[in-house]
Amino acid sequence: MMMTSSPRRPLVPLVRVLSLLAAGLTALLTLFLIGYILLQGLPHLSWELVSTSPSYISQRVGILPDLLNTLYITLTTLLFVLPLGVGAAVYLTEYASSRRLAGAIEYAAEALAGIPSIIYGLVGMLLFSNTLGTSLMAGALTLVIMNLPTIMRNTQESLKTVPQSYREGAFGLGAGKWRVIRTVVLPNCLEGVVTGCILSVGRILGESAALLFTAGFAHTANDFFTALSSPGATLTVALYVYAKEQGEFGAAFAIAAILMLLALAINLLATLSAKFFQRRNAS
Amino acid sequence: MKHTAKRSEQVIHALFFLLGMVAVACVILITVYLVFSGLPAILQIGPGPFLTGKVWASTAAQPQYGILPFILSSLAGTAGAILLGLPVGFLTALYLAKLAPPRIRALLGQAVSVLAGIPSVVYGLVGMMVLVPAVRSLFGVPDGAGLLSAIIVLAIMILPSIVKMTVTALNAVPQEYEAASLALGATAEETWVRVTIPAARSGIAAAVVLGVGRAIGESMAVMMVAGNAPNLPDSLFQSVRFLTTAVASEMSYSSGLQQQALFSIALVLFLFIMLLNALLNFILKGENKL
Repeated sequence: MMMTSSPRRPLVPLVRVLSLLAAGLTALLTLFLIGYILLQGLPHLSWELVSTSPSYISQRVGILPDLLNTLYITLTTLLFVLPLGVGAAVYLTEYASSRRLAGAIEYAAEALAGIPSIIYGLVGMLLFSNTLGTSLMAGALTLVIMNLPTIMRNTQESLKTVPQSYREGAFGLGAGKWRVIRTVVLPNCLEGVVTGCILSVGRILGESAALLFTAGFAHTANDFFTALSSPGATLTVALYVYAKEQGEFGAAFAIAAILMLLALAINLLATLSAKFFQRRNAS
Repeated sequence: MKHTAKRSEQVIHALFFLLGMVAVACVILITVYLVFSGLPAILQIGPGPFLTGKVWASTAAQPQYGILPFILSSLAGTAGAILLGLPVGFLTALYLAKLAPPRIRALLGQAVSVLAGIPSVVYGLVGMMVLVPAVRSLFGVPDGAGLLSAIIVLAIMILPSIVKMTVTALNAVPQEYEAASLALGATAEETWVRVTIPAARSGIAAAVVLGVGRAIGESMAVMMVAGNAPNLPDSLFQSVRFLTTAVASEMSYSSGLQQQALFSIALVLFLFIMLLNALLNFILKGENKL
């Protein structure tokens, strides 16, 4: 192939220059986005903004309810999706004997991962909001389906790394299947569960389209249990409403800055946890 | 004693089986719900007028439900985003996989992860405040919110997935291939272009399909920068509505046939995505066979 081709084209070394340019563009873009959001948003971020509810009477914009709602919906989603996702991963790696069935489950998880969030929003509206009412609970349940593949896949990856000899050793000592799973398999899948959780929290914090029609737009600060049964906007939904519908760009940028800081924190957390587990696995 | 232990094992097995089937049940549920809520309007309007009708006037006295503008806008937006995002993403990946010194590789890898973690409403906000005014003044159009702005925002949003998938694909090429090429006297660049990239082609194809899926499914960012009028995408500056934003923008106040038609749009979008999924699966399976 090499011999028959035309004399070495000068275009080829250009690859080096072009890829350097592209990488520079990607880096600049990231720096610009982080810098712009923080510069525009941080000045608007005040204690008053994050500690109060919005009020039409005093024309005040406060994002406390949105912060609380985001926290509630994240916790609730994890509470449901963790057992489901880990359980499904355990079934796939420890129990599933039929390859076709396992293949079907994996295909389903892939399909779930590819479905756009607006479709989750619609189906969540039909399934959950129409039965539970537009509420944080309906939003959280919608997010459970969205995040199921993330938890499943990461748990599965780390279950695959548990050496078969551990299981055989435990079986050899007379342990039943469930005991082996409980004492040998599950403790070793911590890494996958932690990674899956971090990724899911990132997705939940950034999600908006799926929540618009399931959790609604309300800005009332509630305690956990009241909030679950009442409508409420998360930070992302509040950002959208402030920017697109109310023209409150100060509040929108402040929320964007919070979301940006959270995204950076999650990225750091993911890196740190990867390092931690790498060190632990090495020793 | 032994008997009860066995019984409890069976119960636990059944429990895990049920947990395993949740994902399958969800996919079936979503499909059934979308088909049942989406089909009636398509049948009532007629598949022909619905899919190829050029006018969407859902709130007019004589409502018209043609979604061709949405389909074409979604396709144009996605194609544009790939056209812009693929070269940049691909070359960035090549730099990351082959050229970058370790420290820069780690930093740039982090940057790409951050890019992937930024919520779509934040992209939408920056698009609204920076990109839309820039497009307006650069091209001298009355409103910068339109197809071009949506394309640029989407191109940036799909960049991380393309970079990550392509890096994985390039790194998966066996070292021996490159060593053999270098031993035959090819330069490093020639090796990448003639050996590594062709060997990684199915992974790169998968990256493209993934990018298409993300671009066609994005709603909030597009909603904030595309102008949102149901026009045919006949110019880059036209205010357009995608399939996703068509659903999102009228959902909150619609009812009756109008709402049913929105579900039909979601069904069309769902079919597009399922087709892409099948394609992705096909590409990746083909790779494993080699």
